[in-house]
Amino acid sequence: MPTPQAAILAEGLQKRYGEKHALDGFDLTVPRGTVYGLLGPNGAGKTTAVRILATLLRLDGGRAQVAGFDVTREPRKVRRRIGLTGQHAAVDEILTGRQNLRMFGRLFHLGSRQAVRRADELLEQFDLTEAADKGVKAYSGGMRRRLDIAASMLLAPVVLFMDEPTTGLDPRGRNEVWNAVRSLVAEGTTVLLTTQYLDEADQLADRIAVIDSGRVIADDTPVALKSTVGGDRIEVVVQDVADLPTAHEAVRRVASAEPDSDDDARRVHAPVRDRVAALTDVARTLQDRGVDVEDLGLRRPTLDDVFLLLTGGRTGSSPAAEPSAESATTKEGTPA
Amino acid sequence: MSTTSHPTRSAQLPDLDGPDRPIYWAFADCWTIVRRGLTHLIRQPSNIAWQLGFPIVSVLLFGYVFGSAMAVPGGGDYREFLMPGLFGMTMAFGFMNTAYVVVLEGTKGVTDRFRSMPMASSAVVTGRGVSDIITAAVDLAVLALTALVVGWRSDGGALATFAAFGLFLLLRFALIWIGVLLGLMVPNEEAAGNLFAVAFPFAMISSAFVAPSLMPDWLGTLAAWNPVSSTVTAARELFGNPAAVGDSWIEQNAMLMAVVWPLIITAVFLPLAVRRFQRLSR
Ligand SMILES: Nc1ncnc2c1ncn2[C@@H]1O[C@H](COP(=O)(O)OP(=O)(O)O)[C@@H](O)[C@H]1O
Ligand SMILES: [Mg+2]
Repeated sequence: MPTPQAAILAEGLQKRYGEKHALDGFDLTVPRGTVYGLLGPNGAGKTTAVRILATLLRLDGGRAQVAGFDVTREPRKVRRRIGLTGQHAAVDEILTGRQNLRMFGRLFHLGSRQAVRRADELLEQFDLTEAADKGVKAYSGGMRRRLDIAASMLLAPVVLFMDEPTTGLDPRGRNEVWNAVRSLVAEGTTVLLTTQYLDEADQLADRIAVIDSGRVIADDTPVALKSTVGGDRIEVVVQDVADLPTAHEAVRRVASAEPDSDDDARRVHAPVRDRVAALTDVARTLQDRGVDVEDLGLRRPTLDDVFLLLTGGRTGSSPAAEPSAESATTKEGTPA
Repeated sequence: MSTTSHPTRSAQLPDLDGPDRPIYWAFADCWTIVRRGLTHLIRQPSNIAWQLGFPIVSVLLFGYVFGSAMAVPGGGDYREFLMPGLFGMTMAFGFMNTAYVVVLEGTKGVTDRFRSMPMASSAVVTGRGVSDIITAAVDLAVLALTALVVGWRSDGGALATFAAFGLFLLLRFALIWIGVLLGLMVPNEEAAGNLFAVAFPFAMISSAFVAPSLMPDWLGTLAAWNPVSSTVTAARELFGNPAAVGDSWIEQNAMLMAVVWPLIITAVFLPLAVRRFQRLSR
């Protein structure tokens, strides 16, 4: 049996829909035992890439191996070694959680006793034992997703594909899914996870490939990717535009580069190194000078920032134009 | 990062690349999907009630409200004439249920999950077909009991009666493939609901409620050539119910056509449905 180091190997993948190139020379190497984030905006080609690697879609060019087998030539061997959770929780709504896992277990060709035991095991692992005999209709979004992941894990696959596993979930559901993914990683499953959220990739991934227009445009660790966009920024919005110069001055004292001011938005922002010290310092200065502050916070670089930088597509709008400023209480990301 | 295996795994999971045995798994996987369909029936029996609401309301509406105003050419009780028509209508509408489930499984990603698994891919379609036939048989049984309650009887003897129900199921079987094909073609559940606009005339422009000889000529011809008409007319003859058979060849050969039509429909639409399914990977 071939035992290559790479769990996923994609070389020059091409996929066309008419004139549209959904994938256009997509390359990716995912070492075994890692969590790889595939990050990109809507329409970038994330789903297409996952569907090709999961043998659902035929490729028009290039070559792809998953768990050591070619997806085109030996799809069945690939299917025995992968799990897939798509954009929706693909479970049977009418059946109970337990019935779902037993059914999928049988369809993975487990014997009936094996299917029963494996179902119990997975219900336990994904913390669904209590809800096991309830209809899936009664499940929360996070529970459905966990059941969906459990169903993907029936054969304990080498590679698990997850296409936007937390889209549409509330923060609690999102956390449940993140924990589930971490538990798989601890067992050595290789995970390829697509997401639109840098934050999510940051939480889970050892490495991130940024994809745009069907091609990987950056491939690095989350830390390195974020440092390319300059790390954390401090941001102040004042109530009176006349106070903007004062705010500018206050921010400059703590910034690691010249702050940007935006009169229309009454906003000053700048990159900072020591985020908490910077925040306290600016807050104190502004208070001492009697400046009325509408908003003050730290914000992490978003996917938009990474994108704007990587594609060089600064389109006039300042990177702070997104109302996604994080509050000063944001917790540190702790990748699994 | 740890790469040790989960302790409970390797011990009990099967050899990944054991023998393929495709024929065995085609049947075994089909059976698993069918069992799932049966579990659905058991877990939500009210579904059958909803599904049968329309035919049962029709029994009351056509049988009692319009019944006295409706004539059966050649004589006979209208309600006796009507019941096989309602059985046929229920079968004709059935393809919408098939289409709806196929659409739902597609949009929910269940179809993709199946396709990403090492199971026999044919089972996705055959399992659907067998489940639908079982559901249709339950539908027919409930409907027949309702008909008995309002006074309908089969005078044809046990064998002929079973043969008639067999013809209904044969029609339903043929329509599964149209349902699967449409289910793979329409984009979402709302669009699947719109299929009613097709199903309604398909069921109504037939001999189900009114003898084609009472319709305007062109419509009567259309109704007579509707596969639903052949099945319904053949069943009426087998049940010994008034059949109001016209003089045209198609009406005279209802028994033959009740077998031939479903075979033609299957021969055309089964390959189309399979091809469409395979094209999901495009
Ligand atoms: N079946 C399809 N037919 C036509 N175009 C498609 C199809 N699937 C995807 N595309 C196009 O391919 C591109 C990539 O889509 P997708 O892989 O779904 O992106 P993502 O998952 O990153 O949002 C998009 O521009 C999309 O419109
Ligand atoms: Mg997508």
